[in-house]
Amino acid sequence: MKALMSGNEAVARGAYEAGVGFASAYPGTPSTEILESLVGYEDGPYCEWAPNEKVALEAAIGASVAGLRSMAAMKHVGVNVAADPLFTFAYTGVNGGCVLVSADDPGMHSSQNEQDNRNYAEAARVLMLNPSDSSEAKGYMKLGLELSERFDTPVMLHMTTRVCHSKSLVEPKGRKEMPLIPYGKNIAKYVATPANAAVMRKKLEERLEAMEAYANTAQVNRPEYNGYAVGVITSGVAYQYAKEAFGEDTSFLKLGMAFPIPSALIKEFASKVKKLYVVEEMDPYLERHVRRLGIACEGKSLIPKYGELNADVIRKAVSGTESKSLSVDIDAAARPPVLCAGCPHRGFFYALGKRKNIIVTGDIGCYTLGSAPPLSSIDTVLCMGASISMGHGAAKAMRRAGGTYKIVAVIGDSTFFHTGIGSLTNAVYNNSDSVSVILDNRITGMTGHQQNPGTGFTLSGEPAAEVDVEKLCLAIGVKGANIYTVNPLDIGETGKALDDAIAKEEPTVIIARWPCILKRFSAQDKDEFDLSPRRCEISQGLCRKCKSCVRTGCPAIRSAESIEIDAGSCTGCAVCKQACPFGAIVEVQR
Amino acid sequence: MKSEVKNILLVGVGGQGTILASKILSEALVSAGYDVKMSEVHGMSQRGGNVSTQIRYGGKVYSPIIGVGETDVIVAFEKMEALRWIGYLKPDGRIVVNDFEIPSAPILMGDAPYPEGIIEALGAVADVLVVKAAEIAEALGNARVMNIVLLGALVKALGVEDVDWQSNINANVKAGFEEINYKAFKAGYDI
Repeated sequence: MKALMSGNEAVARGAYEAGVGFASAYPGTPSTEILESLVGYEDGPYCEWAPNEKVALEAAIGASVAGLRSMAAMKHVGVNVAADPLFTFAYTGVNGGCVLVSADDPGMHSSQNEQDNRNYAEAARVLMLNPSDSSEAKGYMKLGLELSERFDTPVMLHMTTRVCHSKSLVEPKGRKEMPLIPYGKNIAKYVATPANAAVMRKKLEERLEAMEAYANTAQVNRPEYNGYAVGVITSGVAYQYAKEAFGEDTSFLKLGMAFPIPSALIKEFASKVKKLYVVEEMDPYLERHVRRLGIACEGKSLIPKYGELNADVIRKAVSGTESKSLSVDIDAAARPPVLCAGCPHRGFFYALGKRKNIIVTGDIGCYTLGSAPPLSSIDTVLCMGASISMGHGAAKAMRRAGGTYKIVAVIGDSTFFHTGIGSLTNAVYNNSDSVSVILDNRITGMTGHQQNPGTGFTLSGEPAAEVDVEKLCLAIGVKGANIYTVNPLDIGETGKALDDAIAKEEPTVIIARWPCILKRFSAQDKDEFDLSPRRCEISQGLCRKCKSCVRTGCPAIRSAESIEIDAGSCTGCAVCKQACPFGAIVEVQR
Repeated sequence: MKSEVKNILLVGVGGQGTILASKILSEALVSAGYDVKMSEVHGMSQRGGNVSTQIRYGGKVYSPIIGVGETDVIVAFEKMEALRWIGYLKPDGRIVVNDFEIPSAPILMGDAPYPEGIIEALGAVADVLVVKAAEIAEALGNARVMNIVLLGALVKALGVEDVDWQSNINANVKAGFEEINYKAFKAGYDI
């Protein structure tokens, strides 16, 4: 019976049905639920979180070489991290089929950029499929594994936010167990030395020809002829939008493969229709290919080059028509995301905000919200792991040129394990005077509480070895006297550590250790931290309405006629109590 | 077929239970034989941001998302969110508004007022059904079933028949909470 599944659940279902034996990922919106769903199949594959996307892909490649079907899943920017193995994996090819799922985020719902990862397939010369709904997501995942083995190539499955996170009907089938493909030592295939790689490079071109020949006949590249006046070449979720935006007498060439591009099929389709459009999200990727074939078309001259598409946007771009919409004279106030009531990052950023003459290099995670008002602490955010390395470079530049700013880098625990360790190694090796702060909230917060190498648990919930961050910093070469482990909810303790560290002229690390308030606390958490239920109250008689507490940005505090703390949402973290200069805030037991 | 597709938008604030209500509704629509697509925005919504779920159903649904001016029924779980999304309503559509306020960060900090006169302003341009879902849920004994009260009001507005709502609700709520959730649904439906 058909079931409603998100695209991510459908990818997992496809992997399950196709007998995938190994799956790895680093969490990242909109890809996270793929592994979370796949690990739920009791008779499904072995699944794990990797510390970053490069490691996830390399582990999947290892499983493929060993003879199992495997996969790795990541968000679009994660593929940048995994690009190094990807490009040479295209040379070596596979043993067991291997699919890399890239989940792009047009419109940047939860990302720092909106890169179009179809370009990766072309650049690395790997076969890419792009589904337009959940049923195709499942089907293309299975097809991808078959094509990977058939053409001896890694396959990329290109998803986008609306395919990942929209639910549509899928017909589940059973799992087909895949026996281990026997391993045969094959140095010429798997050892990419320059001499071997030169042979592989030639084979790659031969494979490309074979894959393109397949693309021209593949069922997933599907012409739908409804008339010959207007034709649309499209792919992914843009197909669904275009089907609604164009009339019923429009013909479509729906491309399920983004690479290689089926040139013969495109030429045939284009020759049959009078007016040709190319409708795609983000880059003019298909359009470039169509134009290269010498075919005239309308594409990005009309369709937006960035942001998400939908049927409306396409209709307006192509025919200028817009739906009538209602409006009222009152404006809704903005509703930006904020650090939660009780978030341990709030205390840290409040203390940091009191320090002057510093530049704060930030990183990717919930704590990026430390850049938002009223805390407004963070000066830069770029990519995973960049805080410490950018902080190091900025510190060196300041010292070299006689600048007066000191640099504080802030990074979360999961991001530190992702790519921050190398950055800290660099800062210590090259004797930086930047302060590196690891905001260790004992979980991967932003993506919805995934375990990581510091939490003591695996993806499947099994107990695991736990990185000791303090010992790791010592081993990297940070002096013991320069490592401060603090409770970030204690503003005085955190402030003192910051002052001490900022004053030093050698590498320092502050580990701000307190669990995310939304986390399901482990036995270890309950043992280590005082998490007893409590809340704070304002004695209205003592309150002078100075708004010091309001400036902590806590969503449990409301400033109106009087200042009140919402009893329901306050967790008693007491950051506001410490911010209050008049002793008007008291802690009470729940 | 295209004209038969109906568009529903559920909007609110993270933590209000819009996703559960959407899930019950979508599964019910599937069981009634419709093609259904449902789209959620994930990510930072858990951190106090606004959330929206879009549901489209009919004979054959292509796009998973709804355009401006194309929604048949909007359910706003929070009053100010009704204001934010009104542009998505069809001029002859209906908007169900929960008379319930959750101030956002700028309002909490005293930097912006919570807008006044929202229901009157919406009523001047659209067909508005006001529901005091929090009061109804509390009267039933559990403030958390507010989302199911609103689901009931939505289902009434949609006019979807031949669905066994009770079993769809039972399949999606925690054991022991089936009865109160069905009561909440009925209360919303009977407004």
